Amino acid sequence: MTLSRRSVLTAAASALTVPALPRPARAQTAPIKIGVLNDQSGPYTNTGGLTSVICAKQAVMEFAAGQGLNVEVISADHQNKPDLAVSIVREWFDRDHVDVLLDVPTSSVALALQSVVREKNKVYLNSGAASSALTGEQCSPNFIHWTYDTYMLARSTGGAMVKAGGSSWYFLTADYAFGKQLQSDTTNLVKAAGGTVAGASLYPFPGTTDFSSFLVSAQSSGAKVIGLANAGGDTVNSIKQIAEFGINKTMKVAALLMFITDVHALGLDVAAGLNLTESFYWDLNDRTRAFTNRVKDKTPKNWPNMVHAGCYSATLHYLKAVHDMGAAEAKKDGVATVNRMKAMPVEDDCFGQTKIRENGRNLTPAYLFEVKKPAESKGPWDYFKQIIHTPGEEAYRPLADGHCSLVKA
Amino acid sequence: MGGILSYSFTFFGTTVSVSALLGQATLGLINGSFYACLSLGLAVIFGMLNIINFAHGALFMMGAFVAWMLLTYAGIGYFPSLILAPLIVGCFGVILEKTIISRLYKLDHLYGLLLTFGLALVIEGLFRNGYGSSGLPYRIPEVLTGATNLGYMYMPNYRGWVVLCAAVVCFGTWAIIEKTSLGATLRAATENAPLVQAFGVNVPRLITLTYGAGIALAAFAGVLAAPIYSVNPNMGSNFINTVFAVVVIGGMGSILGSIITGFGLGVIEGMTKVFYPQASATVVFVVMIFILLARPRGLFGKAA
Amino acid sequence: MFGFSRPQSIAFLVMVALIVVCPFVLYPVFLMRVLCAALFACAFNLMLGFVGLLSFGHAAFFGMGSYVTAWTMKTWHLDAFFAIGLGGVTGAVLGLGLGYLAIRRSGIYFAMITLALAQLVYFVCLEAPFTGGEDGIQQVPRGYLFGFIDLSNDMTMYWVVAAVFLGGFLMVHRIIHSPFGQVLKGIRENEPRATSLGYRTDDYKLIAFVLSCGLSGLAGGTKALVFGIATLTDVHYSTSGEVVLTTLLGGLGTVFGPAMGALIVTSMENYLAQAGAWVTVIQGAIFMLCVLAFRRGVIGEIANWRRLTL
Repeated sequence: MTLSRRSVLTAAASALTVPALPRPARAQTAPIKIGVLNDQSGPYTNTGGLTSVICAKQAVMEFAAGQGLNVEVISADHQNKPDLAVSIVREWFDRDHVDVLLDVPTSSVALALQSVVREKNKVYLNSGAASSALTGEQCSPNFIHWTYDTYMLARSTGGAMVKAGGSSWYFLTADYAFGKQLQSDTTNLVKAAGGTVAGASLYPFPGTTDFSSFLVSAQSSGAKVIGLANAGGDTVNSIKQIAEFGINKTMKVAALLMFITDVHALGLDVAAGLNLTESFYWDLNDRTRAFTNRVKDKTPKNWPNMVHAGCYSATLHYLKAVHDMGAAEAKKDGVATVNRMKAMPVEDDCFGQTKIRENGRNLTPAYLFEVKKPAESKGPWDYFKQIIHTPGEEAYRPLADGHCSLVKA
Repeated sequence: MGGILSYSFTFFGTTVSVSALLGQATLGLINGSFYACLSLGLAVIFGMLNIINFAHGALFMMGAFVAWMLLTYAGIGYFPSLILAPLIVGCFGVILEKTIISRLYKLDHLYGLLLTFGLALVIEGLFRNGYGSSGLPYRIPEVLTGATNLGYMYMPNYRGWVVLCAAVVCFGTWAIIEKTSLGATLRAATENAPLVQAFGVNVPRLITLTYGAGIALAAFAGVLAAPIYSVNPNMGSNFINTVFAVVVIGGMGSILGSIITGFGLGVIEGMTKVFYPQASATVVFVVMIFILLARPRGLFGKAA
Repeated sequence: MFGFSRPQSIAFLVMVALIVVCPFVLYPVFLMRVLCAALFACAFNLMLGFVGLLSFGHAAFFGMGSYVTAWTMKTWHLDAFFAIGLGGVTGAVLGLGLGYLAIRRSGIYFAMITLALAQLVYFVCLEAPFTGGEDGIQQVPRGYLFGFIDLSNDMTMYWVVAAVFLGGFLMVHRIIHSPFGQVLKGIRENEPRATSLGYRTDDYKLIAFVLSCGLSGLAGGTKALVFGIATLTDVHYSTSGEVVLTTLLGGLGTVFGPAMGALIVTSMENYLAQAGAWVTVIQGAIFMLCVLAFRRGVIGEIANWRRLTL
């Protein structure tokens, strides 16, 4: 009978979609929901991934219970695809009543989400992405860029290398928003310091694992420094291949964005001597050590890097602001919450005391580290020695240069 | 020789020295080795079994992973892995053939393509779940480290070894198929299986072993690749589209065609990287379109 | 009605009923995704199911439609009707160009050449400034339809998308059940005989290809407007692979198969998004299962069980 067959199909279709039904309204206050969106299966898995979620949950655990706040943390994998991210975030905001978007590495994805968050008037705390455009032309009143950006990296790593004699540069650049921004910020810095840029190779991202041809071009350019405008797995591969081709004997290697998790993947014998900048290192001081001790057993494979620390710090500060405003107020108006976060001074175990500017830039300190040689390392994850410390106020791009509409001229 | 090497010329707006061009062409040979090995396995499988094996990239990746696993869990080094890993993955290939692939022989080619496409997704997905995407390190064996000065570039010894190995294996396989009686039997079996079977040859077993051998070739390429690219689950998918293009250009069933086209396209790709690196991933497809339009059966393909 | 047989009419009415009822119960944006995927799959099914040609590069047409709609909407603030229409036209024109190159081959060669051409389109999209490369074209406004219907409301947009889907669906059905469609079937069954009867088979195949690509472009353009973004994923070969899976799973050569396949595949992706890499494994497993044991697809199996044509 035709009807019964069709009703089976209809029933099957509905069964598939039953979990999608909106939840009935609840009597008590709805919980504050934090959505951690990052790469959990691609090249940036170790840089952010599940460790970011754990750090966010740590912040929730430390703060929320004591203050009577009801907080939930959910997460998803955006696979570095802007359209998938937009789709997930829309659903999070429309159906799951998520209030805060956290982490979001990969600059193309991070940029795509600015307008969605703004449209829905929620809060967007980005720890993972790098592009300085996020607090520049693409700035938004709902957004805070927490942990680092391309300008700060260029200034710290790039600046130090130029001072140390690296006057001519060749870039190996991931051909997308982040890589190009990093190359551009570093180029400006190098030229301002009197250096030159001999050339650049832009390689298709993602998907390139063999950089040999680009490295050979770099070598034949005759530049003194090879600047790696890439991150994650790409950086790890480029450095290995640089060692293989003996390029590190004739050129200095500037890993413009590198995390302790990448050094761990490379191993000290390959990474020794590399210069990189992070705004957090677990062994910096007693407070960072204390934080790491609280978290490291939950993430044994990946001790926290600056992105993870940023997720913890951002969540903590957000919850403080929510507590200050009242959960209902905070849920209603993302811009108001962000303004409150900007008004309150930031203080935690990871970054110490920092300040958030009007354009949404959180002024974390920048530390230039050098990777230790294997003999110098005394324990697990003992990888860095600190070379230069740039305070947050000086590390980032001056407000006027960013062309952010939120900054009153 | 120094004189020629430092000569520069301008082409498409980029000034390039002869030594840089030669350097990129040599690097292209290395990539070409992988293309040749992989397309050889594909050509063998297509030529002998009429199956378009989309899972080839995934099995290449498995070869690299097995080598890594042998090192990490069993302490077995690179050189033994060169033989062991292809054997292990080859056996896996045999099991695959017996259980799944053999059901496809009576169906349209395209179902074989779809099935192996699905198989590739499954294998890659499983490895991605188990090992993440960031890639695992695999050290170049001590004896092959270092680089040799070729005059126009420093060639890492390991990469030279790759080219050598690939060339030996590829031409060796071609020789077996074209010049030995085993090869003759294989070729006969593809043309007229019942007749060959009537001669007392166990044709199904021959086919199974051929599939296994094709897979083993892919795994061998995987072991060669492990120290160069990180061992990661996406290794295969990065290669597979290009390798298909190579096979189509060379001629779907032609062994020699795949080998020569593989190395040749590697060199062309290398030269493209000098002038317009962003196009390097696509130049293979441009070539394929021209060849297909002019010569539908490919450069060395046999008429149907 | 519309040339449907009786069971098909009933199935059609049920489908329309579902389309009308569901947005009140389920999340409209999810449903819009399903509808766009369903239209794309219907267009693809025209080539694979009825003409018998597997194109491994259909994402090129879907994606280019998506980009053109996004760009014209964002830059020229066109009426949504024209923007989506332009997406369809782009797909058709591109289909004409690429189809002319590919149609002379068949079988595996056709698949490979369409894959190669799609890779070329992908590369162009990667490098061309107007597509925004990795970022894609973002913040595309939904705009107005016919000048006065405001599409920023999700429900309003849903009805528009539903209308586009139904229109496309019916169009595909009319193409198949027409003298033109009969010739196509004849070509699929026995091309030399069709040629000997005087039909210029290449032209028929090309026209079908252009229609298929045009509808794919339409689906892409609609999708861009719904989500406000057009990215490289739309032109990537995994999207091509996905539409093959959708059509195969739903039922090759059936009328309702693609829509069913789109529902299943999109739902699966939605719920497994949290599970990360398992989506790929499951998709692959379904592919394999379909080819080995389930070649007729969901609708095909049901139709076969009931000895009907759906």
